[in-house]
Formats: sequence, structure tokens, C-alpha cells
Amino acid sequence: MYFRETGQFKSKYKEELAAFPIFEDKIGIAIAALLAFVLIPIFGLPGLSWDFTMSAVMIPVVIFTITTLGLNILLGFAGQISLGTAAFMGVGAYSCYKIMTIFPDLNALICVVLSGVVTAFVGTIFGLPSLRIKGFYLMVATLAAQFFLEWAFIRIPWLYNYNISGAIEVPYKEMFGIVLTGAKSEPLTRYFVCLGFLVVLTWLASNVIRGRIGRSWMMIRDMDIAAELIGVRPLTAKLSAFAFSSFYIGISGALMVFFWLGAAEVESFDINHSFTYLFMVIIGGLGSITGCYFGAILVWVIPVILKEYGKSVFGIDAFVMENFTTILLGVVMVVILIVEPHGLARIWQIAKQKLRLWPFPY
Amino acid sequence: MDLLTGIFITPFAEMIGLPDLFFQALWDGFVSGTLYGLIALGFVLIFKASGVFNFAQPILVVLAALALISFYKMGVPAWISVVLVLIMFYGLAWLIERLILRKLVNTDGNILFMSTVALSFIIIGAAQWIFGGRPSSMIHKELGIPTGSFEWPMFGGGVYFDLLDISAAVVAVILIVCLGLFFSRTKIGRGLRAVADDHQAALSVGISLNQIWVIVWFVAGVVALVTGIFWGARSDVSFALQIIGFKALPVLIIGGFTSVPGAIVGGLMIGIGEKIFEIYWGPLLGSGVEGWFAYFIALGFLLFKPQGLFGDKIIERV
Repeated sequence: MYFRETGQFKSKYKEELAAFPIFEDKIGIAIAALLAFVLIPIFGLPGLSWDFTMSAVMIPVVIFTITTLGLNILLGFAGQISLGTAAFMGVGAYSCYKIMTIFPDLNALICVVLSGVVTAFVGTIFGLPSLRIKGFYLMVATLAAQFFLEWAFIRIPWLYNYNISGAIEVPYKEMFGIVLTGAKSEPLTRYFVCLGFLVVLTWLASNVIRGRIGRSWMMIRDMDIAAELIGVRPLTAKLSAFAFSSFYIGISGALMVFFWLGAAEVESFDINHSFTYLFMVIIGGLGSITGCYFGAILVWVIPVILKEYGKSVFGIDAFVMENFTTILLGVVMVVILIVEPHGLARIWQIAKQKLRLWPFPY
Repeated sequence: MDLLTGIFITPFAEMIGLPDLFFQALWDGFVSGTLYGLIALGFVLIFKASGVFNFAQPILVVLAALALISFYKMGVPAWISVVLVLIMFYGLAWLIERLILRKLVNTDGNILFMSTVALSFIIIGAAQWIFGGRPSSMIHKELGIPTGSFEWPMFGGGVYFDLLDISAAVVAVILIVCLGLFFSRTKIGRGLRAVADDHQAALSVGISLNQIWVIVWFVAGVVALVTGIFWGARSDVSFALQIIGFKALPVLIIGGFTSVPGAIVGGLMIGIGEKIFEIYWGPLLGSGVEGWFAYFIALGFLLFKPQGLFGDKIIERV
């Protein structure tokens, strides 16, 4: 009833091209931003302790949304399937660690961005097979990346500075007198850093996708031979998609270790995590930026909250809850594939369309 | 210079100097190759017969092995538990067809693939819930599969042959011959190939898609059970077997997604190749290269033969 564009007149082309052309959309975004920036950091989520909300729900969700954005650029917009997401996050994390140890005075945020650049480079190399193969064959090629990188994280001790534990530990860093990383940092600071990255990266992604490069990705996705005939160069289009997506994934990996976990081993980057990220993209919706948010929230938050409630309210064993949430994830995924293969983003779109017509559907 | 001799001279010198070790490595690689081939066979069967790239095959192997063991532990005689597992797999195939595949008829291959990934999550969760996460040992002795080993003198040394490995290879060959005949000679087999080509066209000439899918998944379950028994006998049965199952993917690439003999040839190439590489070139890189070397062999193949050795040629039209 309230959600419609009637009466909202545009008098400039620029207004037509705005990211949120409808006034109600702006309200919705404002509410979401208010929740993310003010309300949740102050009050936390109902029924959960504030510390738990921040460290187990909000920070990871924000980080995984960045990962999902990266994977969605590759899979949803450029149509190149990848199962090496977790390993590329590992590249981000390990390169951030190396950059921090080589240049100890460098600002932590710059280190994170640089690690994204390193990952983009690695991702481009592993994206090279995509020029010749596609579909399931490409998927196996990315599995090569996954297993090779996992092996490298264990067997190349230079990557973790010859630590005996084989893990990377986060050094102490500060900016403008505020502790950013390390054991002493406040969850709130870390949350806002991650959120800041998310906002900037979302803005960047939505603009790149609307631009020339994004359009060439979508042409490659829809039919690569036809795109080539029209004049899109597959070399630049496919490799730029790999580079761009790996940049996002690398940043999220660096954030994951430096602003959330605090220390990481290879287990944080194994293939099961790759599947989880794939699920986030599929459940959220291929080729949709809003979908990335939905997917990350659904796939991460619901199991965490279920586990927490299961433990504290019903007193169910953690092992049982773990298995239950795994099954639930699979079931949700199957249901979404059957009901709406384009994911939650499409459901959201349909809901908006229905709202526009409500209460007179015809 | 040291590196160059390490790559090009020393390994070959070792191979010639100690031929018995070389043959041992070859045999070990051959055996694990047949087992990779068996897992790949499960993938090929379902892909050939329904166009689904079945990602749940490795976890089906784990499920089969775990179910077999727990039936036996409940006091059921070994061979009867095999029958029970088969019945269970038939039920599972029926359920999968009823609840998932039937609703996804005529959708894109990618969506079918994703649904099998989701299925594997459901099976992982359920199997861990029911059977627990601890590794357990296979009951191959009770099934009457020979164990023990003998040494065959050769080139001044000796090569050990495990009876278990030999029986695995024999069973694999029998299975492949049977499946090959099933696919090419029987009416059902032809129906399976028709379904793989085009769901709608197959339906229109009167092939029951639902029935075919149940059969295919059941056959894949049988292959999973055989694989599970032999892999389980070589190492303990645990969820780590699933990772070994992913090795079947490079095998598929080498052999082609639609070829039964390709699965076996590819399996042997991967098995032998990675064993030899691990033993002779592995120390240069630090050990543990077995984890990824198979994928790199596959990548090399992709550059020259993107459809695999025996695969159908990919024709693309705009």
C-alpha cells in the first residue's frame, strides 16, 4: 500500500540512474543502516548477550557478506564457478600477515587492502584455465587451487614466519590512538572497521557492475561465444572478473583473521568453508547484490542463533545441534532451489512487486 | 644446478637403481587408481544417465561404509547387512527422486548440481547424527574378503602384494564389465542414455523418468557400497574419505564425464602418476603433494583435450 513509485517524478537523468530511485527504498536502506550502525552496536540482538552478538554474529556476518559479494561477482555476474573461495581467503589472510611483518609501520587498513591486491593477482593466475574450459571442468580446476593453496599454507613455513604452531597470529596495531587489531582491541572498533569496508566495497561493486566491465561480465555469463562475436574480449572479461572477485575475497579473508578470529590455521580455509560460501551465494541469489546480504545473514546467523538457543534454552547437546543445523542448511538449500532457483533476492523482488499492487492484485 | 639434477636425473637414477621399489610404487599406484576409478564410476553413472553431476557420491561412499559397519555391530550377520544396506540405498534413491529430483525436472544442470551439494550436506548431518563422528574399522574379514600379503621376488628385492588390493582390482573389473553391458545391451540402459540427452524428449517417447532416476541412484549406491568396503578396508572409515572422494573429479576430467572405461583409465593414470610423483619428486617440494598433484595432471589434460580421453565431443552453437 505504501510501497509504490506513484507521484515520484524524476526531472533529471541522474535521478533515474540513482542507486535507490524510489523514496521507500531510501527509507528501507536508512532503517537497515540505522540498525547496523547504531541500534545493534548499542543494544545487541534480543535474547543474546552483547559480546556474543558482536563477536559471533555481527562481525562474521559483515565479513562473510564481503566474501559473498566477491564470489557472487564471479559466479553470479561472470558465470565462472569457483570452489576455491576459502583458499583465496587464506591467501588474503596470509599475505596480510606477511605484509604486516615486512612493513611493521604500515597502517593496518592499508595492509588489508594490499592483501586484497595480492589475492587478486593469485586469483588471476588460477583463473587462467577459465579461458579454455568452463562449467564443471572449471570447477575442478578451481579445486586444484583449493588443494594446492591449502598444501602451501602448511608446507611453506615462510608464510607463517616459521612459527612452531603453524598458525598466524595477529600483531598489535593502532590508528589515531585506537587499538585496531590484536588481543586488546574492542569488538566495537573491529565491527566498525569491517562495516566500513563492507559499505565501501558494496558501493564499488554496484557501480562496477552497472558499468562497462560489469556488462561485459554478464555477456560472458549469458553466452560467451556470442559475447565474443559482439566484441567482448574473453581474456580481459574473464580475468578481470577473477581479479575483482579475488580482491573482495582476499580482503574478507584478511578481515576474518585480523578483525575476527585473531589467529588462524589452515582449517579455517578448508573446502567445507568454500561450500558454505557457495551456499550463501546461491541461497541469497545469483547475480544480485542485495542477495549477498540475505544469503550471508541466513546461512551464518540462523545456525549460530539456533545453536545458541539450543544450548541455553533447551539444553540440547552441541553435537546434535551442529548436525541439525547442517541438515537444516541442506534442506533450506534444496527448498530454495525448487521453489525459487534465483534465491532470496528474487523472492524479495516478488514481495516488493506484490506490495506495490496490494491490496488490488489485478 | 642441484635443482635441475633433482628434477631430471636423480629420480630416474633411483628408478633404475632400485627397480623393485619402483614396481612397488607402480603397484600401489595401480591399486589406489582402481579405487579412484570406482568412485569416478559412481559419478559417471549418474552423469551419463541423468545429466546430474552428482556431488554427493563421495558422501554416499562414506554413508554406505558406516551403515554397513553399524548394521554388523547391531548383531546382523555380515552378508545380511550388505543386503540391508542395499535395501536402505534403494529407499534413499526413491526418496531422493521423490523429494528432490522430481521437482527439478528439466532445470539447468547447474541447479541439479547445487541440489546434490545440498543433498550431501543433509547426508553428512544425518550420518554424523546417527553413526557418530568417530572413525571405525571395516568388516571386510567378516565379508570373506581375503587379507594378508605375499612377496614376489623381483630384481633382487621383492614386491609386496596385498590380497585385499588384488581382490579390489578384480571386483572393480567385474563391476565395470557388468555396468558396461548393462548400459549398452539392456533396454533400461538405453533408456538411461536417452534421459541424459534430453529429459523432455525421453519423456515424450515413453520413458519413465522417475523410475529411471531411482534405478540410477540405486546403481550409484551399489558402486558406493563396493567402493566403501574397499576404501574402508585400506584405511579406517571416517568422514575424511569424502576428501579422497574429491580425487575422483580429476579422474573424470581425464577420462571424460560420460565414459565408463574412461573413469578406469583416468583413475589408473591419476593413481600411478601421483604415487610416482610423491615418491620421486615429492621430497623436492616437501611431502604431501598427493593432495593436489592429481588436480594438476587434470589441468594439464584440460589444456590439450578439454573433453577428456573418451568423452563426447563438446559442440557449441550460438
